[in-house]
Amino acid sequence: MQQIISLLMENKPGALMRVTGLLSQRGYNIETLTVARTLDPTLSRMTITVDVEPNIRAQVIKQMNKLINVLQATDVTECAAVNRELVLVRVRTGQQTRAAVLKEAEIFQARVVDSTTEGFALEATGDPEKLDEFVGVMRSYGEIEVTRSGVVSMSLENKKLRLAPPVRFGSGVDETLELQHVD
Amino acid sequence: MTNSSNLLSGAKILLECLVREKVECIFGYPGGVTLPLYDALYEHSIRHVLVRHEQNAAFAAQGYARVTGRVGVCCATSGPGATNLVTGLVDAMMDSIPIVAVTGQVSTKLMGSDAFQEADTFGITRSATKHNFLVKNISELPQIVHEAFYVAGSGRPGPVLIDITKDVLQGQAQYVPVTEVHLPGYKVFSEGHAGQIRRAAQMMWEAERPFVYAGGGVIAGNAHDELRALVELLDAPAVCTLMGLGALPAEHPNFISMPGMHGSFAANMGMSHTDLMVALGVRFDDRVTGRLSAFAPHAKVIHVDIDPAEIGKNRHADLPIVGDVRRVIPKLLAEMRELAPSMQSRQSAARRAWWAQVREWKTEHPLAPETSETEIKPQHLMAEIDRLSGGRAIVASDVGQHQMWAAQLIRFNEPRLWINSGGLGSMGFGLPSAIGAQFARPDKLVFAVVGDGGFQMSIPELATIANHALPIKIVVMNNGYLGMVRQWQELFYNNRLSEVQLDSFPDAEKLAGAYGFKGRTVDSVKEMPAALEEAIGEPGPYLLNVKVSPFENVFPMVPAGGAINEMVLRPPQPVEV
Repeated sequence: MQQIISLLMENKPGALMRVTGLLSQRGYNIETLTVARTLDPTLSRMTITVDVEPNIRAQVIKQMNKLINVLQATDVTECAAVNRELVLVRVRTGQQTRAAVLKEAEIFQARVVDSTTEGFALEATGDPEKLDEFVGVMRSYGEIEVTRSGVVSMSLENKKLRLAPPVRFGSGVDETLELQHVD
Repeated sequence: MTNSSNLLSGAKILLECLVREKVECIFGYPGGVTLPLYDALYEHSIRHVLVRHEQNAAFAAQGYARVTGRVGVCCATSGPGATNLVTGLVDAMMDSIPIVAVTGQVSTKLMGSDAFQEADTFGITRSATKHNFLVKNISELPQIVHEAFYVAGSGRPGPVLIDITKDVLQGQAQYVPVTEVHLPGYKVFSEGHAGQIRRAAQMMWEAERPFVYAGGGVIAGNAHDELRALVELLDAPAVCTLMGLGALPAEHPNFISMPGMHGSFAANMGMSHTDLMVALGVRFDDRVTGRLSAFAPHAKVIHVDIDPAEIGKNRHADLPIVGDVRRVIPKLLAEMRELAPSMQSRQSAARRAWWAQVREWKTEHPLAPETSETEIKPQHLMAEIDRLSGGRAIVASDVGQHQMWAAQLIRFNEPRLWINSGGLGSMGFGLPSAIGAQFARPDKLVFAVVGDGGFQMSIPELATIANHALPIKIVVMNNGYLGMVRQWQELFYNNRLSEVQLDSFPDAEKLAGAYGFKGRTVDSVKEMPAALEEAIGEPGPYLLNVKVSPFENVFPMVPAGGAINEMVLRPPQPVEV
């Protein structure tokens, strides 16, 4: 099944490699991956969709949370969340189908971003299933080219961000890390 | 303007940081880009041990870490130096051993140009380490070094690598000692959930057939005394895994040896019949569980581990407790004591029956050494080492049949005596890890118990041993075969012995003599005990090559994919010699 993971991570060299490396190392197949800076430029937000067996979903999240550059990994598959993707479609149209293509685009609230005598480039956003339908419809008009952005996700739940506090040098590990158990 | 007298080179800053981390000893091998570091080491208080191959630097650092519990340090140059460390890093990762590896990298301006001895160490070691760092800016160096030690030694320990470019090592900067380490994404859960602990205590009193399954986490967490107290209060039979041997003294009456593929009959039967498995610092490794679906079919599992990702990874935990065993067990004991008056005697009849059953298993098929009048059985050799060790010597083992016999037959009455490559199973581990152990504990008797295969993988380290006159007793269990591979070929590949015979083993006396220390070969069963005693009596190193009966195989054995109660207890047919 598709699992959607939202990661908040430090924007450090190699951080992306750690996430993708971990996924391939543990045999989890990446379907989509998007990453960009957050308001805080030292942090990045990443949304990953992976194809995993439902029984190892929790294990994927735990492995992600073990990465030191990852501040928080959240499984948003079944959370209240907004999932959006952007797709760019180039569709070739003859004179007789141009109007029909535009009509379909309108139904999907797609925008025309380029128009030539040979056809259109269209931009649509939505949840991935809706975009699948849009691509399917466009395909029925002939040869198309498609570029998809991958899913970006935003949880609508208030999840508290727990961070490890600084550790005073030489104070010893045992005394300094008194974090609460998180179920 | 900066006062130039306050400036230090990156190499010197690195050493300052190592001193603050109380590093006394580094195992390493120099090279082009680490020249600035080796120049700074010249006449420095930190001791550098020159090994003969970088892989052995990592293994020696592990030996040091395994016997002390402190972070071991190894060092290598860029390119081949760094890639040679990789096996040692992965090995430390699998066994959760804290080491810090420092590697040199080509200068920042050369990186990415396929420069001489350039390798993408940072990328290569990503999956080989708990965390790794690339230092391209001297101002980051002190912070990163302390972060590396903190990550290596805390939580579930593991290897950390710091790749440092040559321009950082030879650059100059003002050294400002670091006062704190801040890794906001690195969370260590050590305390355990109070409610879960209370429920666990209840379950332990309610169980009719409780069983303790303790592993390397107990040793890593220095929780051996706590483990013992728990085993005694619960009065349950207990096993220690290959990584956990010594966590409970081998002579403790509740100890029923090691479980798993070559574990004892009692251990595996106990696991298969318990109704409550108390799993402490273990990871339900396939070599312990056998076929998972048939593992401990009647048991509820209480799983205590500091790594949340281990909980439920292989076996579902009915009651998970994320925490440090050393913190959690005393809380468990307190809860158990509180509940004891009302609950302790509740299952006493069932408990007596359980113990009677466990004792029966124990006497039915004990792990008793085979002996022979005419040849040296490898088990007999291990029994003699055991007799001379008395459960107190450090034994660094290589990988293979001898490792299993040593684990079965040599007693360890303290933690941090048994050193072996458990998870990765790296041949060539025994000799260099013994070197690290002997540097850490010069007072201790250290055996390197190795096979003739693994010994020859690490043979260059004889020079390191000779160089420092380390009084390591190298005992080669020499059967002339890659015994464990041959055992599988015999059992599962129609006895087609393919590339497992090791001919041309060198003359031990001449080999040791060439390095300037004593050695001999023994093939007589009558002389073997005295030969071992002679080796121990020798003040310096000793190489004892023991020719054992070549076709002996390790039993009991759970065939791969089998259930652990379906052990093969002895050779399926008489083996022709």
